[in-house]
Amino acid sequence: MKQSIFSHRYDNGLVLVAEAINSLESAAFTFLTPAGCAFDPPGRAGLASLTCDLALRGSGELDNRQFIEMLDNLGVERSEGVSDSHTSYSGAMLAGDLPQALGLYANLLRRARLPAEEFEACRQVILAELQSIEDDPHAKTMIELRRRHLPPPWGRSSHGRREDVLAATRDDVRGQYARLYRPNGCILGVAGRIEWEPLRDQVGKLLADWQPVPEVALVEGQTGPRVDHVPYEGHQTHIGIAYNSVPYRDPKYFQAWGAVGALSGGMSSRYFTEVREKRGLCYTVYASYNTLRDRGTVVSYAGTSADRAQETLDVMLGELRRLAEGIESHEIDRLKARIKSSLIMQQESSAARSSAIARDWYHLGRVRPLDEVSRLVDELSCESINAYLSENPPGNFTVLTLGPEPLKVAR
Amino acid sequence: MFREARLSNGLEIVAECNDDVHSSAVGFFVRTGARDETDEVAGVSHFLEHMMFKGTPTRSAADVNREFDELGAHYNAFTSEENTVYYAAVLPEYLGRAVALLGDILRPSLRQADFDTEKQVILEEIKMYEDQPPYGAYEKVKAAYFGKHPLGRSVLGSLESVGALSAEQMRTYFDGRYSPGNITLVASGRIGFDALVDTAQQACGHWKAVPAARTVAPATPHPGFGCVEKPSAAQEYALQLAAAPAAGDADRYAAKLLTVILGDDSGSRLYWELTDPGRAEHVSLSHYDYMGAGLFMTYLACDPQAAADNLARIEKIYREIEADGPTDDELEKAKRKVNSRVVLGSEKPRSRLFSVGMNWVQRGEYRTVKEDLDAVARLSCADLVDVLKRYPLTRNCTLAVGPLPRLG
Repeated sequence: MKQSIFSHRYDNGLVLVAEAINSLESAAFTFLTPAGCAFDPPGRAGLASLTCDLALRGSGELDNRQFIEMLDNLGVERSEGVSDSHTSYSGAMLAGDLPQALGLYANLLRRARLPAEEFEACRQVILAELQSIEDDPHAKTMIELRRRHLPPPWGRSSHGRREDVLAATRDDVRGQYARLYRPNGCILGVAGRIEWEPLRDQVGKLLADWQPVPEVALVEGQTGPRVDHVPYEGHQTHIGIAYNSVPYRDPKYFQAWGAVGALSGGMSSRYFTEVREKRGLCYTVYASYNTLRDRGTVVSYAGTSADRAQETLDVMLGELRRLAEGIESHEIDRLKARIKSSLIMQQESSAARSSAIARDWYHLGRVRPLDEVSRLVDELSCESINAYLSENPPGNFTVLTLGPEPLKVAR
Repeated sequence: MFREARLSNGLEIVAECNDDVHSSAVGFFVRTGARDETDEVAGVSHFLEHMMFKGTPTRSAADVNREFDELGAHYNAFTSEENTVYYAAVLPEYLGRAVALLGDILRPSLRQADFDTEKQVILEEIKMYEDQPPYGAYEKVKAAYFGKHPLGRSVLGSLESVGALSAEQMRTYFDGRYSPGNITLVASGRIGFDALVDTAQQACGHWKAVPAARTVAPATPHPGFGCVEKPSAAQEYALQLAAAPAAGDADRYAAKLLTVILGDDSGSRLYWELTDPGRAEHVSLSHYDYMGAGLFMTYLACDPQAAADNLARIEKIYREIEADGPTDDELEKAKRKVNSRVVLGSEKPRSRLFSVGMNWVQRGEYRTVKEDLDAVARLSCADLVDVLKRYPLTRNCTLAVGPLPRLG
């Protein structure tokens, strides 16, 4: 597939990466700012989320309401989020409105007012999100699982901790914004109906004189307990299992991805077949691959009636151990078909592409063209995946259960 | 370009063909759902949807899953009050095989052993929703609002009704509802229409037609207020239903704009009053249109201590707009948002499939993206006020669920 991909690094370190897809009428952008929750200072878990929210509440000449109304007037479908490594701000819109939207977001990144009169509202928003997770056993399971599996500051909940959010001040937010909303480490992905040169020039006018700030080093701590249980009232027990994998930028990434696909890609996958189809143990079961820059993690989840949870966990752990024995060629053929259609369908969404190319740049320092992905997928073989699995068998699991009773974990 | 055809057994085929996109989407829209059930078989439409993937005389359940995956298909199914939809998004070269496979699974074997295993999965699904906000409150408030009207039925059914359901009852239901005249094959994206019709003829041409009519009785709203205590919940949830334009009603566009002005997740009146200040974790207003009835649904999630105050604030906002209507500025902003959303959605065949399909099965009409946008562009504040006069948001049925035994 023919692609038009461009990139430019401005002198202050900001990277613009863009893909022109002229079959679309829309355009979308994703700013990845290096303000992930891993950088929340001690005793201030949740500061990245507070900063993300407060930064949206007015910048430059515009106050909170004016800023949101400007975006609404442009018909920008916006979203924002905090991950371990980044705070992202994204928007999708009719292509003609992109320049104005970029102007608004450049102001947010450089000239956010972080208004004192909005700080309490902002705190209430984050507290409400924290409270809502208490009612979402699936989300809570995955948060508690990651928290135990990864060494801090990785694997934290982006929402932070209630007591820390209560203790945070507007000055904390201002400090966070000054340290982490910076051009060095910031990546802007743009995709859709765009023209490269005018885009590069406009972004240059908006952001090229943004001053860099020295990067912050992180110190890793100890991981949590390998097996743990969180009491929770309900019909179901929720099971989370995590183990280490290679990161996205590793040469063996596609092998790692293929192995997870055999476990959980599509309804003919091992988890779905063994846990749901053959035994009817649950409605939801899956595994998914997640990556940070220097490490990958495979997480699994199932939610099932408390009285069938032990069998569900045993079957899942059994499948993970069986995976180490290798996969078969028909499994990899199906995965190839799925990834190829996903890649092509991604071309029908400017929002998906703007995010994918920005993330590619973060992990690889370049955008991997779809033709290259396609070739690497074609080259995937049972043998290469099985060689990877015998060197990197799933193991050393972190198991977290949430529900009425703990389960037994056979080691 | 729009194309339509009909097989001799009554199966309709409609397609929006667009060669500017990369993929194809296809779905069988079956006009059957919870409203077509009786108490004895409550939940059978949704259970049957699961059983469709369990195999046919020539395919086992594993074959079905494997073949969909071999096509690289993004496929799924869902059941609502009035439709059950089976769909797949694929690359154009696999469209024929996807249609043949979907067509085959729509004549399922409904084997007893598969039925027994899948019943466990359905019961798990029901338990999952009972553990999740809003803890069955949607089913409860719908039942309270609609009374004995069939739209008040639960799509999932209950642990009891599904537990007691037999495979024989399911077969009888299937025979009565999955008649070709009650099914539409819908396609969007890169579609070779003539080949599509040929494939449909081979896959579905032998299906036998039986009468599968649906009686659409008028619905009478039952306003009221209730509270269900759920001590383990952290937040309080409230759902509020009010009458709204139905599927066949041209006012549905005005209703949609009202939901954007009042209840959109950014920049709406409810957003500024409740979300932006952090008074609520979530608040929204949506419009659902069914045959013969429509619903406005307000959904609120917040700290229990703030729930009564928030409901009072919502009521005040609804009273104000009923009295004064929206402003010109709000109307224009809402139109811009809808415009942008419709265009973004139209770029993906897998999202266009549902617009084309639902228009056809609910209203028997095809509308281009431009026709939809023009209908929105023509609306005035007076049109929206008119809808609010006939469908006041303040005349509603509300149910709260959460740790509080009562509100206010």
